[in-house]
Amino acid sequence: MLYFSKLRIIFVTLISLIFILIASSNLFKFSNNLLNKKINLGLDLQGGSYLLLEIDNSPVVEQKLQNLTITIKNYFKEKNIRINNLKISNQELSFTVNNQFKQTVLDEFNDEESNLNPYYPRFKSHQLNIEEKNDLLIVNYSKQGLVELKTSSQDQALEIVRRRIDEIGTNEPNILKRGNDRILVELPGLDDPMRIKSLLGKTANLTFRFVASNTDDSFGTEKLKYEDGSEESVVSKRIILSGDNLLDAQPRMNNETNETVVSFTLDRVGAKRFGKATSTGIGKQLAIVLDGKIISAPVIRDTIASGSGQISGGFTFQSATDLALLLRSGALPAPLNIIEERTVGPDLGQDSINAGMIALAIGFALVILFIFIKYKIFGLITNIALIINLFLLIGILTMFEATLTLPGIAGIILTVGMAVDANVLIFERIKEELKDEKNNLIAFDSGYTKSRTAILDANITTLIAAVILFFMGSGPIKGFSLTLGVGIFTTLFSVYFIARLLTVLYVAKNKQKEGLI
Amino acid sequence: MIAFNKYYNKFNILSVSLVVVSLLLLTFKGLNFGIDFKGGTLIELRASESKINVSSLRDNLNQMNLGDVSVKKFGNETDFLIKFENNDNKNVIEEIKTNLDKSFGNNFNFRRVENVGPKVSAELLKSGIIAISVALILMLIYIWIRFEWQFSLGAILALFHDVIVTLGLFSLLGLEINLSIIAAVLTIVGYSMNDTVVIFDRVRENLKKYSDIKIFELTNISINETLSRTLITSITTLLALLSIFFFGGEILRGFSLAMIFGVIFGTYSSIYIANTVLVRLRVSQKTVLKEDGNN
Repeated sequence: MLYFSKLRIIFVTLISLIFILIASSNLFKFSNNLLNKKINLGLDLQGGSYLLLEIDNSPVVEQKLQNLTITIKNYFKEKNIRINNLKISNQELSFTVNNQFKQTVLDEFNDEESNLNPYYPRFKSHQLNIEEKNDLLIVNYSKQGLVELKTSSQDQALEIVRRRIDEIGTNEPNILKRGNDRILVELPGLDDPMRIKSLLGKTANLTFRFVASNTDDSFGTEKLKYEDGSEESVVSKRIILSGDNLLDAQPRMNNETNETVVSFTLDRVGAKRFGKATSTGIGKQLAIVLDGKIISAPVIRDTIASGSGQISGGFTFQSATDLALLLRSGALPAPLNIIEERTVGPDLGQDSINAGMIALAIGFALVILFIFIKYKIFGLITNIALIINLFLLIGILTMFEATLTLPGIAGIILTVGMAVDANVLIFERIKEELKDEKNNLIAFDSGYTKSRTAILDANITTLIAAVILFFMGSGPIKGFSLTLGVGIFTTLFSVYFIARLLTVLYVAKNKQKEGLI
Repeated sequence: MIAFNKYYNKFNILSVSLVVVSLLLLTFKGLNFGIDFKGGTLIELRASESKINVSSLRDNLNQMNLGDVSVKKFGNETDFLIKFENNDNKNVIEEIKTNLDKSFGNNFNFRRVENVGPKVSAELLKSGIIAISVALILMLIYIWIRFEWQFSLGAILALFHDVIVTLGLFSLLGLEINLSIIAAVLTIVGYSMNDTVVIFDRVRENLKKYSDIKIFELTNISINETLSRTLITSITTLLALLSIFFFGGEILRGFSLAMIFGVIFGTYSSIYIANTVLVRLRVSQKTVLKEDGNN
């Protein structure tokens, strides 16, 4: 245990120096790319906002089932089968069919080649389930079909969320998927997430529809409220234009009315449709509907063929800017709910850093002092190893550009407290060995050997706890488990290489000295 | 040599009563779950004027129909922690801001806002419980591989003791259980196990060495031989933890307190629970030699 080859000494010194250099790159600026790395600060230290969004997929399911009603009707019409009483409730589609065709319909749904109901061979499942209940046939999404649907709406929502956040221009946002119906948004440096929250809370489903003049509109009508809640209008369900047709939207000042408006430009298809609708509908009211509420319903005075227009609706400059932003970035496939929010202001973050550093400095000083008083020269050796251990730990975190959180700092301080354990185990063992063994070298050697299993046990048990925390914990707790876990490896290195090297050098010079430790 | 074994019985009675009292507390008084596990909203405020106090803040917020609002000082005179159950999960922070600005002037800095919905809090609680259970199971497996079953039983009983009594103390003092407490409990599990294993290693070594010493004496010898290590490590760990407790800021206070309790209980239990289990199961040289023979 006590022998160190020259090569190994060089190796240990080199590793220590490299990590001291990497660790110090947090304090100094290096022009070298390899060294120009820094530990990331978690949101709890640098301030920022953490938002967990959940996609409410039930409207998507309803919408898809709604679309399916037409598909089913047409599909079986070709086969001369009449589908009756199509109804959607509780995310289920029910219908009736003449008894003699029941089996045919069921077979069509369960056919693996069927276009009506896609089959996923990989999961051995159809998109839709069909079952017979009394006279009714009931269709709903299969487990796999639902997963498919959720994943696709998550993909779309992620893209829209990213666009909206990019438009606001926050600093290095982090937008990630969680599960199949959640999106995690981390916004460093943002201390008031109010605006982002209100922007993400809107689906931004924009439609242009005529206000119904008479109730017997062939597409059906619905009663909608105005945005300010003042009155209601009956609006046709026929959609003339939707947000999809928008190329661009910008807030503008209307010089004539001195009002803030949102001006928009339409794509080719949209421009054509808009031109047609405005030419045939002169004198009618065109309702501009956003997320089920009427923003305004101006009367069409002229044909608009240019493919651009304005939305007015008593906007402030801020609300016009936000609406334009929402229209530019597109509609969410489904509403998002914020189910978890954690925001830390930058000054609290700085306070936490300061408190953490003071606690680290004091904890470190106390441990070093205690160990020095207890073990004198070997205390000094332990302390040198402990200092290098700290550099190694910070160096590794820097190298991987890991995220340091406040609990992470606690993990480092705790590592300092527990790291001396291994050296204490060794030195106490050596003390015992020296009671019967007068040769220092032999006593030190067997002290190292006999304490090894206990040291391994001690570190494995802590490692188990750290690994579980890493995989099960969230955010800040992950930071704690990371520093604790990495700390175990750096501790073992510093004990078995650095402290042992220094011990060997010292003992070799004092072979005969009594009461060495 | 200190005669730890003289007090085996007394401390066993103490430990059993501590566990029973803790379990009673946990059943009847329960734990004070924070918003991480209960859901709700937390706001940390800093007032720029010192004339603002807890009761005026509370009166003001009570007018807002937020349900049960708790307002507490947080650290120093001008910092406050506001908590309430936000059942309908509506965003009321803007309203609170406007309301406070109206009543007290523009005097507040919202340092921290946390809002955890009921679904997320239920999930966090579940994953916390799973994490602790998985940790205990893995420790059980580890110790089962490393030692004979009598030792495993001792170590596991010591672990359960530490976790239950620490949680019992949190229940008694009404301290808040949040995510960082779960981290603390897991670290305690690791620390307690570590402490026990070091003594057990020595017990096993001594069992092989001395055939004529009874386990009652032998555990005492082993405890004494490892005592200085046990104490030094506990002291350095406690020094680090006390430093976090006093200087690490308000947010880490609960975490470091749980860890401090845990280290003290962990040190105690490895001496007075783990070892007494060996004594009560009449572990002898045969127990450890039989295992070696099999290999």
